[in-house]
Amino acid sequence: MTPSESEPKVPFWLDPGKRAIGFQIITCLMVGLLAWYLVNNTLVNMEKQSIASGFGFLEREAAFEIGESLIAYSASDSYAKALFVGVLNTLKVSFIGIILCLIIGLFIGVARLSTNWLVKKLAMIYIEVMQNIPVLLQLFFWYALFYEMFPSPRQALNPMAGLFLCNRGVALAVPASHPAYFQMFIALMIGLVLGFGLKRWVKKRKFTTGRDFPVLWPFLGLSLGLPLLVWVLHGAPMQMDVPELKGFNFQGGIMLSPEFFALLLGLVIYTSAFVAEAVRAGIQAVSRGQTEAAMSIGLKKKHILNLVILPQALRVIIPPLTSQMLNLTKNSSLAIAIGYPDFVSVANTTINQTGQSIEGVAMIMACYLVFSVSTSIFMNWYNKKSKLVER
Amino acid sequence: MGIVAIDKDAIQKMKPPVVHRGAIGWLKENLFNGVFNSILTLVFLAFLLKFVPPFIKWAFIDSVWFTTGAECKECPGACWSVVLKNLRFVIFGFYPHDLHWRPFGAMLLLFTLLFFSYHKRFWSKKLGYAWMIGLVAMGILMKGGIFWLTPVDSMKWGGLPLTLLLSVFGLAAAYPLGVILALGRDSHMPMIRYLSIGYIELIRGVPLISLLFMSSIIFPLFLPEGVTINKILRAQVAIILFTAAYVAEVVRGGLQGMSGGQYEAADALGLNYYQTMRLVILPQALKIVIPPTLSVLISAFKDTSLVVIIALYDFLLTSKTVIQHPEWNGFSTEMYLFVALMYFLGCFSMSNFSRKLEQELDTDKRS
Repeated sequence: MTPSESEPKVPFWLDPGKRAIGFQIITCLMVGLLAWYLVNNTLVNMEKQSIASGFGFLEREAAFEIGESLIAYSASDSYAKALFVGVLNTLKVSFIGIILCLIIGLFIGVARLSTNWLVKKLAMIYIEVMQNIPVLLQLFFWYALFYEMFPSPRQALNPMAGLFLCNRGVALAVPASHPAYFQMFIALMIGLVLGFGLKRWVKKRKFTTGRDFPVLWPFLGLSLGLPLLVWVLHGAPMQMDVPELKGFNFQGGIMLSPEFFALLLGLVIYTSAFVAEAVRAGIQAVSRGQTEAAMSIGLKKKHILNLVILPQALRVIIPPLTSQMLNLTKNSSLAIAIGYPDFVSVANTTINQTGQSIEGVAMIMACYLVFSVSTSIFMNWYNKKSKLVER
Repeated sequence: MGIVAIDKDAIQKMKPPVVHRGAIGWLKENLFNGVFNSILTLVFLAFLLKFVPPFIKWAFIDSVWFTTGAECKECPGACWSVVLKNLRFVIFGFYPHDLHWRPFGAMLLLFTLLFFSYHKRFWSKKLGYAWMIGLVAMGILMKGGIFWLTPVDSMKWGGLPLTLLLSVFGLAAAYPLGVILALGRDSHMPMIRYLSIGYIELIRGVPLISLLFMSSIIFPLFLPEGVTINKILRAQVAIILFTAAYVAEVVRGGLQGMSGGQYEAADALGLNYYQTMRLVILPQALKIVIPPTLSVLISAFKDTSLVVIIALYDFLLTSKTVIQHPEWNGFSTEMYLFVALMYFLGCFSMSNFSRKLEQELDTDKRS
């Protein structure tokens, strides 16, 4: 809105355009002054307490042990490596947690809409109870339960073959290592690539010629059949690595620590309740008329679900779902309360040992910002892809 | 007028419409309609039978309520004594024992205010003023130092009053801040918009405990020499800054839901920006986001429990302290169940309230 020549001259403080510039300058000055004041105070304080700033400490020897690690780590390694172990542990618990909570959340969200009264009510109770109890309390609860309820390794509970529960953790039998497994993994990857290629080809052919071709069975056959074939060619190895009690603890198999287990359980149970609500809302958002319209043009039942209901429901479900996944990742930082060595917990130990508090907290924040920025990039991509095209 | 033949036999045979189903009819319709549902029902019934009776036996039949820790260890059932014997510590923390009436009074005041706010017919300006006076009175009751009240160091605050204070004051301060941030994010001025976006995204991208760490270990460095702010206040600031970003996003949703016509109408009346927002836009925008705002409140209430990590003795940490005592060691299940029940009651009543309010405020639904 610029005043034209003929209008009387407006004093600059009444001109909206100039006033906006003035406001912005004032705001920036205030924020700048505040920042300068805080930074200045910090510098003065750090000089007084003779704290050195900078990330030089990352090279030094960490000198603390980490209970569980995905890569080889010892106390003589550097802080940088210790922090990397922490990141990996955060990723491990988040990754497994996200997969489990999607499965359980989907299941309970669908159960919430069941026509069976008992199933519906139980799902509702689960959702209400788990949503309304702080996740930290749930972590404490599972952790305490582990230590108080489960016996020592000698009297470990053995609910099914190859699974042992005791207060040292959960011991699981896994297939003993054999060269076949690596090749099966490769075969699975090849199968998946071929399967997706097939899917693209079928879609393209349908768009150009209109002819249909089944996707599901060939897809399953390729992705599961190829690894199975490799397994059979290797003479079908059946050897299992069963955990055995040696001394005070189990040897062999996979040992999950109580900390990991309690963290995983708490995060999955808490977050899956929110996932279930998102799934329910998404399914309910697709109006009944859509199903009826699809039926009236004579689509088959599976086609109604695949072509009409799911694409619309997913558009509503995916955004809250991604934010729940991000929440689970952020909540995994509560690991510090029960002693699972995730990134925050390792960074906290580092801060306590080196006194580099500013750098430590900055690294924690930067780490989680990377997670959330990558999530929002994915979200924007998905939104663009699935946006409703209106004409 | 012709004569209409009436088939009396047909009338006799006609059945009245079903207006009432018996218990068996209900069961058939809701639990056993179809093979799949029948199997589901049986599986879930078996599951309930396996777990519910033993739980009831443990929690009520075999339980003890008013014994010492040593007697509890003999008992096969739940030991609710761990809660009842330590109730005062769990609720009030390290607050001086003979002054417990003061935090109790503060909580009572809060619950009275909440009770009146629950019913929409009490909503008026008076209630708003009552809240302001009430919050100040609660602060005075807790802190003391004026009138005839002996001062109590805030380091001794703990338990339920601390949890409630952190969440109530947290939300009271975060709400206006959040509204300002949302307006900033919606503003036409690029600098202000970018600052708001930067703040909101930065805070929403990091976990609350990183902010709590910041408040407990870095914040003292920010202050000029000689100035110290106590730990509770610092944690409170972190909670406010965190909640404000979430409130801002909710309010932004409301602002985006406003049609352009509302702004144009305000312009046509010759209102300036401040008047437009205060009289036209915000009342409507804030009304449509009441339900999501309440869910932010619920998560803020739950999230206050995270102050455990920086060793503030809130409700959760006082409970945890009790079960670490040798006498009560091993009864964490009972204690945590009690704490969970308290949090559940708080959050569940809030979410019920939000549902009720959503229906009452839905003024657009005319039919």
